[in-house]
Amino acid sequence: MTYGNRNPLDSLDPTAMKEPKMPPTAPPVDQQAAARFAPARLDVVDLTASYRGLPAVADVSLTIEPHRVTALIGPSGCGKSTLLRCLNGMHLMAPHATVTGQVLLGGTDIYDPRVNPIEIRRRVGMVFQRPTPFPTMSIRDNVLAGVHLGRRRGRGTHDDLVEQALMRAGLWKEVRNRLKAPGGGLSGGQQQRLCIARALAVEPEILLMDEPCSALDPISTLVIEDLIKEIRETCTVVIVTHNMQQAARVSDTTVFLNVEYAGVPGRLIEAGPTEQIFNAPQQRATEDYTSGRFG
Amino acid sequence: MTGIPADRAAAPLRRGRGRGDRLFHSGVTAAGTVVVLVLLATVVFIVIKAWPAVSHYGPGSFLSSDRWAPSDAVANQADPNPYGILQFLYGTLVTSAIAMVIAVPVSIAVALTITDVAPQRLRRPLSALVDLLAAIPSVVYGIWGIFALIPALRPFGDWAATAFDGIPVLGTVFSGPFSGVSYFSAGVVLAIMVLPIVTAVCREVFATAPCAEKESAYALGATRTEMLRMAVLPRSRSGIVGASVLGLGRALGETIAVTMLIGDNVLSITRSVLGQGATMPSVIANEFTEANQPFHLSSLFVVAGCLLALALVVNALGRLIVRRTGENIA
Amino acid sequence: MATHFASRPEAEPRPGGPGLRRRMATDMVGTGVLWLATALTVGVLLWVLGYAAVQGFRYLGPEFLTSTPPGDPSRAGGGFLNGIIGSLIVVGLATVVAVPLGVGAAVYVVEYGGRLARAVDFLTDLLIGIPAIVTGAFVYALWVTRFGFSGYAGAISLALVMLPLIVRATAEILCLVPRDLREAGLALGVTPARTIVSVVLPTAMGGITTGIMLAVARAMGETAPLLLTALGNDLFVETHPDHRMSTLSLQIFSNAITGFEAAQARAWAGALTLVILVLLCTAVARFVARRSSVTGAR
Repeated sequence: MTYGNRNPLDSLDPTAMKEPKMPPTAPPVDQQAAARFAPARLDVVDLTASYRGLPAVADVSLTIEPHRVTALIGPSGCGKSTLLRCLNGMHLMAPHATVTGQVLLGGTDIYDPRVNPIEIRRRVGMVFQRPTPFPTMSIRDNVLAGVHLGRRRGRGTHDDLVEQALMRAGLWKEVRNRLKAPGGGLSGGQQQRLCIARALAVEPEILLMDEPCSALDPISTLVIEDLIKEIRETCTVVIVTHNMQQAARVSDTTVFLNVEYAGVPGRLIEAGPTEQIFNAPQQRATEDYTSGRFG
Repeated sequence: MTGIPADRAAAPLRRGRGRGDRLFHSGVTAAGTVVVLVLLATVVFIVIKAWPAVSHYGPGSFLSSDRWAPSDAVANQADPNPYGILQFLYGTLVTSAIAMVIAVPVSIAVALTITDVAPQRLRRPLSALVDLLAAIPSVVYGIWGIFALIPALRPFGDWAATAFDGIPVLGTVFSGPFSGVSYFSAGVVLAIMVLPIVTAVCREVFATAPCAEKESAYALGATRTEMLRMAVLPRSRSGIVGASVLGLGRALGETIAVTMLIGDNVLSITRSVLGQGATMPSVIANEFTEANQPFHLSSLFVVAGCLLALALVVNALGRLIVRRTGENIA
Repeated sequence: MATHFASRPEAEPRPGGPGLRRRMATDMVGTGVLWLATALTVGVLLWVLGYAAVQGFRYLGPEFLTSTPPGDPSRAGGGFLNGIIGSLIVVGLATVVAVPLGVGAAVYVVEYGGRLARAVDFLTDLLIGIPAIVTGAFVYALWVTRFGFSGYAGAISLALVMLPLIVRATAEILCLVPRDLREAGLALGVTPARTIVSVVLPTAMGGITTGIMLAVARAMGETAPLLLTALGNDLFVETHPDHRMSTLSLQIFSNAITGFEAAQARAWAGALTLVILVLLCTAVARFVARRSSVTGAR
């Protein structure tokens, strides 16, 4: 809990917070959806993630509130992507990767050996830097790729599910007439929205986005940023971005990580409401970074 | 393994002007030309040697009979062709088919294990072990097949010989008795010999599946086998086909191990895979140096020519498929 | 937004997702099948090697390595000295022929480029695919019909087997040599030929040696083409390659199919000797590859 005191969101003891409470500033949420679908709170406690024994990010404690967009910012090499990948256990998929500390999803440690990592990855979805539609699948099959897992094929057509997911990803109008076309034929921005639709179709509680716009043109970027604000109504979003304007535009909460020099792990410097991080940061490093003095 | 991709090849060096340069250039050009010449000469010499028999009996007569009886041959007389080669074609195709049916699924599984399932530190040793299978000489597989494999296959062979009795197709394919040396035994040994080749190509193909797609599958909550089915296998389909075709090319031409295990029945097609037969390479190996009947040796060159044509077509096909997938994926 | 959730076809209880337990079980079974296939493959390898070792060591000994087979194959005793010497001579000659040709052709393919080079590249793949027995028949037609069965004929056929393997291996290694090295050489005003000989080839030497050793291992075990070219000679040690010659592989073949127990014992001892020789070549190849400057880092 090295930086726990500096984190205004972490003022409560995480273990005491079994019942996630809606933060007062959270956007209005459809009651029915919320009841059915309430995302759990995510608490990171003393997390250190390493590759081959070398920590990439160390001693991070923070809380990610439901129905909020949390942005992770910081200079390259500060471990923000690694931290993101720790939030759904993807970090451990890499060879020689280890984790210490806890990530509590609704109070349950996702690294507890009794917890099934597959279940966690279904509850916490992820979108990557480069769009990765499965090239041999049609648009429709791409959307259903995660949904079909574990279901016998042909059981229900899932037409409505495809439509919903594509609508939520803002792609429905563009592709409704060519659902059978291969997903690789779309433009970069459309592919990325297809990947978002694919992730949303599984109905995750939390969606992790690892620099989702860095490979896209400015217009596609804007479309996806608007999308993120809508997605928030049904699920929590955590986004890694190297683009500070983007963080300011889309996020409710901003987390700043920094690394002093190459070879030492990145650390959490400051976390708080986006407004505060950009306008009244409490740490010198945060101010230097957000004002563009380095990074 | 799959040819030199254009972007990996070095920039062509300008031809130098010095004498040493010219000498070196013509030297390596000559070496390159030798490769071309060897292939051309192989085709030409085999055709020349096969020509007497082909022109005497007519090309069609070889492929319209399954009886190979050199002792019936009479010189200088227009009698029916005693050198039917259908049974060799059949034997080659059947043994290769048995080999592929066994080797391809196992190879895919082994390649997937090596690229995606085994713990990181086991991957290199495992692929080295599988490669070792390719290093063992054919003649060793042959002697091992006779003394170790056939006794081990006998219980299965005897069971299969009776189990399918009366069932229309299977009954014929597995009609007994199991003769030990047989299409089946030869096919199993071929499978073992082809396995490292198919595995090696599959391994390369699977390794090109992008990490990002694998992670996407995992991020959707896929289990490992679901990830393989989602992100690795679909895009590798044509690579697997190419690998199998290359393996087939190897199986078609394999000689000594098959010769030792197939029983050398040259007189007819044996329908049952449990019976004895002969393949194109095996008849050449068995009779070549003792061919003393009229047109006997020349007819063996006809067999060699057919085998060469088959092998060239299959290999060219396999290389093209593997090469094209390589380009598509990269 | 509410309608989106109400219209889901079936409400699954969270957490877990649909059929998680069944999926985990399927995954276990699938992974098990993959491991089973791998274990089976490694098991067959060990079976072949182990069986050859057990059978071979029964007779492999000083007598086997220093004497020729008895005139009557059913008699016990004797060895494959003539085959071992024959193998070394024939494979040695084949290597001497195939290495310069193969490396030269690979240099041509990679360093000079052009239409013929691309043709050579593709034809190399086709040559690899030619059955060795057909190569044997070719050398018979080319050589044996004029000069008779001989060690030379056997060496030519093995050289033809080795040639495309060496071209392919060398070409792949040459492609891994960084382009900068060549450009650095040329920039210094060194001629292209010198650049290749004194910069590119030495850098690739380890990888080329690996390719050559693997080709030698392959040739050492090759039997089929030798049947039609070197023919074999079970009676005495022949050191002049102008005469018909035995090799280890030929002797294993002829002794294994006799049906006499004594001959089979010799065949097994020969098979073990051959396996050891081939594995030695392979081990040297791997060792060199690991230490090589280009392939080591891979």
